[in-house]
Amino acid sequence: MSANRAAESLLALSQHEELVDLPEDYPLSASEDEGDSDGERKHQKLLETISSLGGKNRRKLAERSEASLKVSEFNVSSEGSGEKLVLADLLEPVKTSSSLATVKKQLNRVKSKKTVELPLNKEEVERARTPLEQEIFNLLHKNKQPVTDPLLTPVEKASLRAMSLEEAKMRRAELQRARALQSYYEARARREKKIKSKKYHRVMKKAKAKEALKEFEQLQKINPTAALEELEKIEKARMLERMSLKHQNSGKWAKSKAIMAKYDREARQAMQEQLAKNKELTQKLQVASESEEEEGGTEVEELLVPDAMHEAQMNADGPNPWMLRSCTSDAQEAEIQEDPEQLPEPLAHNVSESEGDERLVAEEEILLKEFEEKRSLRKRSELNQDAESVGSQETKDSISREVLFELRTLSQKLKENHQSRKQKASSVGTVPQVQREVPAPEEEEEALLLQRPERVQTLEELEELEKEGCLQNKELPRPVLEGHRLKKNPNNQTDSPKKKKKEQMIDLQNLLTTKSPSVKSLAVPTTIEELEGEAERDQKQMIKEAFAGDDVIRDFLKEKREAVEASKPQDVDLTLPGWGEWGGVGLRPSAKKRRRFLIKAPEGPPRKDKNLPNVIINEKRNIYAAAHQVRVLPYPFTHHRQFERTIQTPIGSTWNTQRAFQKLTTPKIVTKAGHIIKPIKAENVGYRSSSRSDLSVLQRNPKRLSAHHKKQLKKNSID
Amino acid sequence: MERAPKPGRDVPPKKDKLQAKRKVEAFLGGKGSFVCLRFLAEETAPTTARASPGPPRNKKRNQELRPQRPKTAHILKKSRISKKPQVPKKLRKRKNPEPQRSLSGAQDPFPGPAPVPVEVVQKFCRIDKSKKLPHSKSKTRNRLEVAEAEEKETSVKAARSELLLAEEPGFLEGEDGEDTAKILQADIVEAVDIASAAKHFDLNLRQFGPYRLNYSRTGRHLAFGGRRGHVAALDWVTKRLMCEINVMETVRDIRFLHSEALLAVAQNRWLHIYDNQGIELHCIRRCDRVTRLEFLPFHFLLATASETGFLTYLDVSVGKIVAALNARAGRLDVMTWNPYNAVIHLGHSNGTVSLWSPAMKEPLAKILCHRGGVRAVAVDSTGTYMATSGLDHQLKIFDLRGTFQPLSARTLPQGAGHLAFSQRGLLVAGMGDVVNIWAGQGQTGPPSLEQPYLTHRLSGPVHGLQFCPFEDVLGVGHSGGITSMLVPGAAEPNFDGLESNPYRSRKQRQEWEVKALLEKVPAELICLDPRALAEVDVISLEQEKKERIERLGYDPEAKTPFQPKPKQKGRSSTASLVKRKRKVMDEDHRDKVRQSLEQQQHKQKKAKPSRARPSALDRFVH
Repeated sequence: MSANRAAESLLALSQHEELVDLPEDYPLSASEDEGDSDGERKHQKLLETISSLGGKNRRKLAERSEASLKVSEFNVSSEGSGEKLVLADLLEPVKTSSSLATVKKQLNRVKSKKTVELPLNKEEVERARTPLEQEIFNLLHKNKQPVTDPLLTPVEKASLRAMSLEEAKMRRAELQRARALQSYYEARARREKKIKSKKYHRVMKKAKAKEALKEFEQLQKINPTAALEELEKIEKARMLERMSLKHQNSGKWAKSKAIMAKYDREARQAMQEQLAKNKELTQKLQVASESEEEEGGTEVEELLVPDAMHEAQMNADGPNPWMLRSCTSDAQEAEIQEDPEQLPEPLAHNVSESEGDERLVAEEEILLKEFEEKRSLRKRSELNQDAESVGSQETKDSISREVLFELRTLSQKLKENHQSRKQKASSVGTVPQVQREVPAPEEEEEALLLQRPERVQTLEELEELEKEGCLQNKELPRPVLEGHRLKKNPNNQTDSPKKKKKEQMIDLQNLLTTKSPSVKSLAVPTTIEELEGEAERDQKQMIKEAFAGDDVIRDFLKEKREAVEASKPQDVDLTLPGWGEWGGVGLRPSAKKRRRFLIKAPEGPPRKDKNLPNVIINEKRNIYAAAHQVRVLPYPFTHHRQFERTIQTPIGSTWNTQRAFQKLTTPKIVTKAGHIIKPIKAENVGYRSSSRSDLSVLQRNPKRLSAHHKKQLKKNSID
Repeated sequence: MERAPKPGRDVPPKKDKLQAKRKVEAFLGGKGSFVCLRFLAEETAPTTARASPGPPRNKKRNQELRPQRPKTAHILKKSRISKKPQVPKKLRKRKNPEPQRSLSGAQDPFPGPAPVPVEVVQKFCRIDKSKKLPHSKSKTRNRLEVAEAEEKETSVKAARSELLLAEEPGFLEGEDGEDTAKILQADIVEAVDIASAAKHFDLNLRQFGPYRLNYSRTGRHLAFGGRRGHVAALDWVTKRLMCEINVMETVRDIRFLHSEALLAVAQNRWLHIYDNQGIELHCIRRCDRVTRLEFLPFHFLLATASETGFLTYLDVSVGKIVAALNARAGRLDVMTWNPYNAVIHLGHSNGTVSLWSPAMKEPLAKILCHRGGVRAVAVDSTGTYMATSGLDHQLKIFDLRGTFQPLSARTLPQGAGHLAFSQRGLLVAGMGDVVNIWAGQGQTGPPSLEQPYLTHRLSGPVHGLQFCPFEDVLGVGHSGGITSMLVPGAAEPNFDGLESNPYRSRKQRQEWEVKALLEKVPAELICLDPRALAEVDVISLEQEKKERIERLGYDPEAKTPFQPKPKQKGRSSTASLVKRKRKVMDEDHRDKVRQSLEQQQHKQKKAKPSRARPSALDRFVH
């Protein structure tokens, strides 16, 4: 058996160049029951190889689901271990002998012969073999169209890069519009779905039936074969109806109605309707009304309106004739058309997704395809024209493509949201194998789409792009995996806040590792003087090693986080367990109740060290110092800042010149020694005076005295 | 009244200006280049500038002093220059339009009061006008105006008295890009006068291990302790030995207390206090295994950091332990204090520096400075900058004014083990057996770490560093003894004769001691921002207000709603009353709307600052 396979692979090696690395992704069935059905197996394998040539089965993983029952000496298999079976290893004897030298030589010759590797070189791709291809290549070359990977001509690229602000704005506006449209669609669909009126639904149904009829007629005119298919479908529906007991008035509901039918006109009518329906359905060659399943389909459509855009998006590949063809043909064809680069590991970026999801998506795709096709039909003609006048409309197309891409990502998200709901609808029957494969080309296509050079609009983006490029160089050396990076793109918005969060940390890192030019000082400590240059590096290394263990920064950040948490005002929880609900061991008051009785603490003022990553400032109040502070505002002041301003100038002798100090501290009233101070009388305060006021009382501030007072004082002093 | 002399005011007579300024030219050998080396020996003659800014008295409002000090000498020059051309307008206005004639008929060529430059006056203004005031009533406004007038008056007076700060700081200047770091101590000594040259000396004390040293606050006395028990104190200017003992125990640190008469020594077990005769006065057993000592002169607090991880504050005036704080960071052996706010800075092995006050059990702030442990911390005299060096061989300078961000950093070949700031902001770092000194570009900025100002190699690894106050001298304690280096421009040239007078007699010292004790600042007032003490305690204010409202049942300060007065002749009908009320209400409402509109406009203005007016041609652009 092994020899057999070896021969086979050799054959493949010599004959089909494309199959060189077949063993790698060759879908080997893991559980092999050998021997009896050898011929059958061979046949199977042949079929598989052929199909893999077509590119359908390529993505089957060569994995082994269960242990092989028999381990025979003939059965040397390379599966499971992931290693290649090298022919030389098999042929080589245990001990090398000179007699095999000739064979070896031959083998070496075979080996040295250049084989085609699967990410084909440019020239190999470009080499046209058939006359048709040649013609096409000629055409492409004439029009300066890219033949392979880049997908965009240099001119296109340049134009893409050189997108001005206005264009960007336009594009954004378009995007916004599309998004708004989508949301409208969604809202409408939801609204319509919610409508409970039976009559409305009846009317709708009828309208739909009419439309379907119309469409069918049109289809008959345009595409007789499709119409035939439709007819067949109707026929099948009729058969089903005849087989089932639906609409025969034999169900529970019908029976209950039958009782009422005698008295209730409506019931009678309903029964009549049922029967009429049955008749209608079982009648030959009548247009079938939309069945329940179809309804489900429409619902899905409504939900996924933007997916129409997805369809259109395929069309939008317009400028490239290759892509155009792929759009007109169905998905499988597109797959064959796909870049050979993508072939070897198409599943690389799919691995993360669960298979179930994929299947669901696939089913949706199938359901949606019908609807999309209609639209695409309409658009195709236009786009064909577009494709002809590529040069002029390049930029426009690119814009629309961008819009569509955005829409598509959006719709993808939406799909995921609705998947659970659709699961019921789509799990009607087992999906055939081929249909399951649908997502694969889809994914590839997406990858391709994503591979398109992105427009760099702002500086930040540019930086990000650079960064990404760096990352790629490090992490993703193989171009095949580019999908990874590109997959991130839709999530860019979500990424940014994370980055912001991390910024603090980064900032701190920078803070501590500020590199400063270490200028050599004149006098270097004697111990250091000898070791310089590389020794210094050594030292740095040593320091690094020494501090490798304790992450100072992390510890500090943790400490800070704790401090911040501790300083936050605490919420007051006033819930009493057992009040208004069951209480007991292991029972917690409900969240609603807790929410109701939780008194949220008011948000305190922002911390002083909010923007200082390397500092923890204690926010606690120093009550001892506060005891020395003023806590009552004196009379004329209404705001504490006013008062603070008046006490900001120091009056002590330490801060003032002697004269200033004395002036600042003079009492309001200075009494002269040796004078008798009489008690104040009414006249002194400002009433008409007859008696003399005392000289011993001097006003500190003569300016402030009224003229009258001054006069009085003068008078007094005179006498 | 104005003359009223104070007893402590007398200061020793001014020395004659022998050493004042000297321009020395010297040959520097080596490359045969002629180098003009000017060294202005800093002069220590006392001045009577009592009222002028001097070193801080850490009173309640000691922060007020802050802006003055570093600038003094620098500004002094300015004031001299600006005398002629710069006459502030306001002052000029005050002058009489026509010159007064004296009795003799001679005309005063410079009539009126001498002009004062605005910048100098500005320096002494302490009212913070950056904060906006709410609208105030006329009475309040009057008070504010009075306060402002007082401030202006006093600041003008202070600015005028700057004239009395006669001394200028010294400096070292290389000619034609000559690197000052290449100038050796010997060159400097050769260039300066004899008195200054005598300040450079070496004490060879190889026997008792690496030395820690401390200058007294006046800068006149020096105490040093060798690890192997050698403790000595001397008047280092005259080289008169006060005491010399061996404590027969490991000495970890040594520090003068408030005056040179008392000496705290951190020994192996306990903390001991000696007087200047070498007599042991106290053995403080509550402070054990002390590694570092720091004295806060205005609070009379001796802060000790111990191996057990405790930071203990000892009030030396009453002998009580004020606070013992557990730093929870292992062994503490890096400590310094901030002269601006008397906060203690501790360096830890996890790369952080924590700031402590005796009033709080937790650190006031924690700053992550280095990846490795912190080896040394120093804070400059204005409390603006903090220099740290860590095990990661980095030397960093942090801004302490709220942000705590590193301003500059530098990797040193071998990390600095000791750091110290001088009074005028020079930074010295001891690395192995070498000391490097960096100077700032301007007067106020932090020292730039690009080029060292001076370097010096010692006979052993550095163990203690301190700049001498009021002298251009750096004391270095190392394993080979003590070295006193000359560092031109390190110290403040003008000192406050009443605050810290290097020439004071014993009597004066006693006098000062009493005064200082009377002005002692309570320990609990130590906080990060001492200015906060001059602010109203808003929280308790609000609290009290709320309580009052609760007690009274209404808000007494609330604006009373408008009540129309009753009128006669049927004009007081209900409708007209309502109308009148309505009017007032509408007016209020309009005011509110107007205000909010104004605010909005203000915001918008802020949002887009002064966009050029669109021209008529702009319409064609789009």
